[in-house]
Amino acid sequence: MAAKLRAPGFYRAGWMMVGGALFATALTWLVRMATGHSTFQHFISPDAILSVSLLAVPLAFLIGIGGFDYWFYWAIGRPTRPEDHSSHGAYTWKDYFRINTDHKVIGIQYLVNSFFFLLVGGLLALLMRAQLAQPGSHFVDANTFNGLFSVHASLLIFLFMVPVFAGFGNYVIPLMIGAPDMAFPRLNALSFWLLPVAGMIMLGSFFAPGGAFADGWTAYAPLSVNAPIGQTFFSIGVQFAGASSIMTALNFLVTIITMRAPGMSFFRMPLLVWANFATSLLVVIATPFIAASQFFVLLDRALGFNFFNAAKGGDVLMYQHVFWFYSHPAVYIMILPGFGIISEVIAVKSRKPIFGYRMMAFSLLAIVGLGFTVWAHHMFTSGMAAWIRIPMAITTAIIAVPTGIKVFSWLATLWRGVLHLDTAMLFALGFITTFTLGGISGIMLAMVPFDIHVSATYFIVAHIHYVLFGGSLMTIFAGVYYWFPKMTGRMYDERLGKWHFWTTFIFVNLTFAPMHVLGLQGMPRRVATYAAQFADLNLFISIASFGLGATTLLFVYNMVTSWRGGPRAVSNPWRALTLEWQVSSPPPIFNFDRLPTVVGGPYEYGVPGAVHGIFAPAPAPTVAGAGAGVVSAPSQ
Amino acid sequence: MSRQRSLGIAFALAVIAVAIGVVLSYSIHWFPVQASVQAKNTDRLYHVLVLASIPIFVIVVTVILYSIWQFHMKPGEELKDGPPIHGNTRLEVFWTAIPTVLLLGLVSYSFVVLHENEKKPAREIQIGVTGQQFAWTYQYPPSVTGGAPLNSSQLYVPKGESVNFGMHSKDVIHAFWIPAFRLQEDVVPGITTHYRATAVRLGNYPVVCNLLCGLGHSLMRSTVHVVTEAQFQAWIKSQVTAGSSTAAAGSTSSGATG
Repeated sequence: MAAKLRAPGFYRAGWMMVGGALFATALTWLVRMATGHSTFQHFISPDAILSVSLLAVPLAFLIGIGGFDYWFYWAIGRPTRPEDHSSHGAYTWKDYFRINTDHKVIGIQYLVNSFFFLLVGGLLALLMRAQLAQPGSHFVDANTFNGLFSVHASLLIFLFMVPVFAGFGNYVIPLMIGAPDMAFPRLNALSFWLLPVAGMIMLGSFFAPGGAFADGWTAYAPLSVNAPIGQTFFSIGVQFAGASSIMTALNFLVTIITMRAPGMSFFRMPLLVWANFATSLLVVIATPFIAASQFFVLLDRALGFNFFNAAKGGDVLMYQHVFWFYSHPAVYIMILPGFGIISEVIAVKSRKPIFGYRMMAFSLLAIVGLGFTVWAHHMFTSGMAAWIRIPMAITTAIIAVPTGIKVFSWLATLWRGVLHLDTAMLFALGFITTFTLGGISGIMLAMVPFDIHVSATYFIVAHIHYVLFGGSLMTIFAGVYYWFPKMTGRMYDERLGKWHFWTTFIFVNLTFAPMHVLGLQGMPRRVATYAAQFADLNLFISIASFGLGATTLLFVYNMVTSWRGGPRAVSNPWRALTLEWQVSSPPPIFNFDRLPTVVGGPYEYGVPGAVHGIFAPAPAPTVAGAGAGVVSAPSQ
Repeated sequence: MSRQRSLGIAFALAVIAVAIGVVLSYSIHWFPVQASVQAKNTDRLYHVLVLASIPIFVIVVTVILYSIWQFHMKPGEELKDGPPIHGNTRLEVFWTAIPTVLLLGLVSYSFVVLHENEKKPAREIQIGVTGQQFAWTYQYPPSVTGGAPLNSSQLYVPKGESVNFGMHSKDVIHAFWIPAFRLQEDVVPGITTHYRATAVRLGNYPVVCNLLCGLGHSLMRSTVHVVTEAQFQAWIKSQVTAGSSTAAAGSTSSGATG
């Protein structure tokens, strides 16, 4: 038992978390005593203890499970454990609940964790729709309702959309570029374990005195500054999720830049790798801004800094500028990797090279650049200086051009192909359809006079869900079906998969299309009740949303049963050229038993005899790796 | 079926789809009534945007459906690949340039509408708007009342007159939205924000707080009464009299107790 308490794991994490809470109590007590709180009852402030605990307890947990104890061993001169990759691979389901440095294990951890929060976030949405089925209903009270939509959005953005793509990237990128692992395996493990921490903090806010944070995922000041303690759970939860994003993005950048197989030039990289490269640039540059915005709120709340207190010279609009400087690029963080997935799926399933490969890569970089110049289109009605609307409207319209290039290139890739219309391909084609609608409403919103009418209405709710559910989530489903055989070594049920696609596609449109009309007609978002004139459409939307929720059960059932007992998958069921399909399903523990050398583009379908990578001949038993001459293939 | 024939069918169906889309876009009642000059301009912009969007969406969907129809894998093609077409520079330049021109055109038109909606008229009246959790109050300055300033929970505006709303907040951010006018702007603590509206239709229309402001946000609503110039003057007069009599009563009572 004593050994268990010392070794990295949940036991050690348990007592360290208790220690973290005690530390928070002692620290706030001391500081309050030192700063003149004279009577005993003032020494203890539950809000202060809770705020500090929200930082200290998660850190203690991460150290306890072994997420970053390495530095402490090093600092006190204890022997450190070199990263010898001995923990690679997962042999039982329990291995997924431990610190693991294998990018494939971490990828699965990311994906499963993200889908857990998708289900939770979706359930919160269904509770909202239950409240909104009729005007003036009392299914939940106003405070709970505001908490529901705030936590719904926060979980689905920070714990689903952003990390689920990092999960795909983690699993697939090293395989695609011919690398044995990510560049920083320990950092990779830490970046995953920050996520359940962030998610538990956000969900935990429902149990905070005064209820969950209830100011929307945008948490506009000064409303958020004066909100109950639940708001602190958001401010701090975002820090952990954001730190996770930044770590993973750095890891992707270094891995992609330095660990490509011989012959893998940038213009031979699959577009999924390009997409994650572009996304990682966005993440490392933009994410510190949301961290800052929430620290401002935290300092205002906890220590009275008055950043956003107009009466004391604070600037209310500054919060929005800093917040959207991250949160607009964030929508590209939540779609660019999806573009990458769609490019893989469409090329393979159309049996054709991707049309205009270089333009596909450059358009990603164009979106990265332009993505930083459009943030104030969220603020056309905010009261900011009027002239800012003009350049921001122009850049917002223009950013549709590189996105349009991608859509047209996908269409051209379909042309004269041999289309394999299986589940992944159906989701890809469904994605193009719904995402085009979301893109069109986005262009409309760039037009200032129109935006002035519909800003912050249900039209916005419709737009964002067309882009994120009809767009990003469709790409995620396409990706899950596409790589499921590689990740699990099993085939999924194609019939159920197609049912899942068609029901999702229909219910997405039934749920979100009528919201456009509600917004145009004058229904604001984030309201627990509404004028009677909107009752019919809201009832319709609520019923459709329950259907949409039910379709997810098809997906979960298919995934769980296929993972447990689906037919064995061959190494390359889709006859794809990219490197991840050239190894067994699931791949060997160190990915490539023989080193790949890349000799051509990733999508040379239809070119007779074309290959993307060739593998070095099996090394002679005595001189391991001498054949390749660069790195020795890791031996098992 | 020959390629030409199938393309012809697809083209015909696409044209029909565009026609249906255009008819639908005009037959659906998208908006509440147009109660302001600005509403007419904005609604026209919306219709132009919808008209521009329909062909684009139809093209995308037509290509997808046509590809599914013509290019799906047929029995015996399991191992077949498509032709290795890597790109076509002309086509790529075309679908970069055309959307750029179209988007710049649309955004320019939106700026024309914006300018039209916001330009300063020869004469306008000022009405103050105050947002606080969870109610709106309205301030009519001496230039409107012709006497003492008036503070009221009711919003009356004269038809045909340009009104410049000057908005400020006592607590958190609100948004002052009149859907029938197609206008909104945030009401921000510490600064005064503005917009202009010229009402053109008599009637009562909802005023909605459109930025989450706390527990009572859903119920922070009010009404704008668009009345004739004469009715407006009469209402102002009645309010000023009522207001001054209460103010007088208040000062006497406070004098009595003090």
